[in-house]
Amino acid sequence: MEPSELKRSKDSPNLDESTRRSSFPDEVLERVLSLLKSHRDRSSVSLVCKDWYNAERWSRTHVFIGNCYSVSPEIVARRFPKIRSVTLKGKPRFSDFNLVPENWGADIHAWLVVFAAKYPFLEELRLKRMAISDESLEFLAVSFPNFKALSLLSCDGFSTNGLAAIATHCKNLTELDIQENGIDDKGGSWLSCFPESFTSLEVLNFANLSSDINFDALERLVGRCKSMRVLKLNRSVSLEQLQRLLVNAPQLAELGTGSFSEELTFRQCVELESALSNCKNMHTLSGLWDAKGIYLPALYPVCTHLTFLNLSYAALRSDELAKLLAHCPRLKRLWVLDTVEDKGLEAVGMNCPLLEELRVFPADLFDEEIIHGVTEAGFVAVSFGCPRLHYVLYFCCQMTNAAVATIVQNCPDFTHFRLCIMNPGQPDHITNEPMDEAFGAVVKTCTKLQRLSVSGRLTDLTFEYIGRYAKNLETLSVAFAGSSDWGMQCVMGGCSKLRKLEIRDCPFGNAALLSGLEKYESMRSLWMSACNVTMNGCRLLAREMPRLNVEVMKEDGSDDSQADKVYVYRSIAGPRRDAPPSVLTL
Amino acid sequence: MSKPIEHDYIGLSEQQLPSMEKSSDKKDGLHLKDTELRLGLPGSESPEREDHDQNVLSLKSFVSGAKRGFSDALDGGGNWVFSGGSGGGTEGLFSPRRGGKNNGGKDLSGLDSGSVLKDGAAQKPSVVQEKKPQVAATSSHGNGNIAPASKALVVGWPPIRSFRKNTLAAHPPKNDDGDGNAEAKLGSGCLYVKVSMDGAPYLRKVDLKIYGSYKDLSSALEKMFSCFTIGQCGSHGVSSGDGLTESRLIDLLHGSEYVLTYEDKDGDWMLVGDVPWEMFTDSCKRLRIMKSTEAIGLAPRAMEKCKNRT
Repeated sequence: MEPSELKRSKDSPNLDESTRRSSFPDEVLERVLSLLKSHRDRSSVSLVCKDWYNAERWSRTHVFIGNCYSVSPEIVARRFPKIRSVTLKGKPRFSDFNLVPENWGADIHAWLVVFAAKYPFLEELRLKRMAISDESLEFLAVSFPNFKALSLLSCDGFSTNGLAAIATHCKNLTELDIQENGIDDKGGSWLSCFPESFTSLEVLNFANLSSDINFDALERLVGRCKSMRVLKLNRSVSLEQLQRLLVNAPQLAELGTGSFSEELTFRQCVELESALSNCKNMHTLSGLWDAKGIYLPALYPVCTHLTFLNLSYAALRSDELAKLLAHCPRLKRLWVLDTVEDKGLEAVGMNCPLLEELRVFPADLFDEEIIHGVTEAGFVAVSFGCPRLHYVLYFCCQMTNAAVATIVQNCPDFTHFRLCIMNPGQPDHITNEPMDEAFGAVVKTCTKLQRLSVSGRLTDLTFEYIGRYAKNLETLSVAFAGSSDWGMQCVMGGCSKLRKLEIRDCPFGNAALLSGLEKYESMRSLWMSACNVTMNGCRLLAREMPRLNVEVMKEDGSDDSQADKVYVYRSIAGPRRDAPPSVLTL
Repeated sequence: MSKPIEHDYIGLSEQQLPSMEKSSDKKDGLHLKDTELRLGLPGSESPEREDHDQNVLSLKSFVSGAKRGFSDALDGGGNWVFSGGSGGGTEGLFSPRRGGKNNGGKDLSGLDSGSVLKDGAAQKPSVVQEKKPQVAATSSHGNGNIAPASKALVVGWPPIRSFRKNTLAAHPPKNDDGDGNAEAKLGSGCLYVKVSMDGAPYLRKVDLKIYGSYKDLSSALEKMFSCFTIGQCGSHGVSSGDGLTESRLIDLLHGSEYVLTYEDKDGDWMLVGDVPWEMFTDSCKRLRIMKSTEAIGLAPRAMEKCKNRT
């Protein structure tokens, strides 16, 4: 806006619709908009008018890109000149389960090169399912003098050498969060690369690295980083070492313990308990690898304030969990292994009335002989005791329609309902009917439902229900389900807010794929693997919708006409040029 | 919509199963030795096999990118590569015909390696890839009583991140009281341990006491598990004479590179072959043939342990 225009608009407050202008000067508008954090709100703002579009783009400091191929780094840099924080997601989610070929792409390097030129003051980078090499990490470490926060989740391609580069060069680092990645763990010496003068670290998470680290270096690091609030250790750190760390860091808010199983003397137990009880700010606890029940009482002082307890790597029995939860009345989020069984979940229902999120992971996937795990009874028990429950991820060995109906009656506010009956296509174990009515109950009752994962034996009826009732649904995951194209057509036609759809091993073919023709541009992505889609169907889709990227991944030796894995996503960057030979862009 | 072909657990549909009698002929005619199964040890070769491992290893550099967790361990002379192939023999082949019989991990465990099932090995390359296993259609239909959940080893199912799977596999939760893993039964003169293989529908048990060396163990395991990797390169055909072509090797490496690991007394997951045989049998509690693509993050601690022990 020119200064003269500005003056004009201030002097003549013309309220006529057609000549209406924003009466705020740019600076004020930008200032106001800079308070907007939600990227969806910002998107809406940018669509109001050209002035607002410009004000928004100049005031945006954080950009979230849900699919790295939907846009190019150059386009991003052109639109948003002042970015300090970037969140990028790369591969389709099913890559977490080895369904995506190696070298599929999503390499961060091209982005870093552009960022180095356009955003030299970049501070934060959060990546999910991206490929990042050690060279890229080193490039990152030396190119951005103000770099503060690095978070890597489910990424691969790098080793601990890359972490060493970050530790060595990033003088202003506040956050190093390395979660569940395909990292090549070459040893723990990276931790010793933090210079002795370095004191700014607030978040350190290396829980998922396996190598031993130099404990002295860690102790000194924690000792001098007085602002540290999140510390998640790996398994190599012993209980005794944990106690020494805690003594110097009572301010911690989130703690991931190391191994929780060694032999402790009575005095060591007391010291540990005392150190923990000094951590008045602690609200999140995780780790507890190999936790032995007898040491859990040391945690009791911390439990009263806990809101998030992650026991998903601690194989507790039901009685051990029950004893622990008796001390955790304020728990809002709980992650456990199914070793706790239904009885353990009953204890959840009885002790944690404020619970909002529950995740139950399967413990032993390899042992055919032992049948553990949780059933519908556990889930029902939790629902009776925890009416605020709205996020569930539940891996079970059996389920019934009636149980799910009861559950959603008790907890109608589900936003995320992810149920995984582990035997593919298994019906209601009492009535032997498909699980259609279960998911029907979920979508009818839980009007706020945003994310749904279905499992068990399901016919098209499930998808009819979803299409008819799940009006707020954004993410849907389907596996081994459905009877015909009609199922997917119902979803594509009914779920107006759908953004992500991932399907595997279902009898949906070209008719189903093409029924969503109009819809895919309003979605982030579609994944279909081991369905009945053919190459011709995909070619048709690609031809009709030029602004979609239609990628097919071929299995070795499969039929030429079958499209084994299809990934469709909208993009303003055009077809990508870095696809490996196994990925065909149509 | 046509009825989908019923596939059994590992993606074999009935029409594709060749009869047993033909496979031995195929073996000679197609020079399958070039692509045969191996389970070698650091610095040694399986008996009666030609040495193709050098070729395989030298082309490892073509496999770029992430999953190099085991490259060091493998490069240290180890021939830990399951080159797909029909293997030395047809013993121990199992291919469950229908979903319903898949809990037949128990049913079939009584079979010794000498028995041969009627169904032959898969010709389809992606035996363990997700090829519409219609388990639902067969196994659950009409059953009032669902069989104990056969933990379906379909690729990517149940949907758990590899990291979590590996961590829990390496340190399996012991629900019964801490010590004494029921799996290694120390009886008089026999030492049965479970052997699992990623992607196989069920496990086997071997008696470590009947083998005298790593060589014997590796041949036995090759024979037991050969069928699962055949399919992965069967479709490429076999180049006659010239040995393995680059593209086929890359396919093999991509799909069927395996590593043999074992869990020791401390609960750690170790690479087989580093310690003397006797020490190995003393401390081995179970074996796992793991895909190297799955093996990220498992740092071989063999060397450190050796140092600690000696």
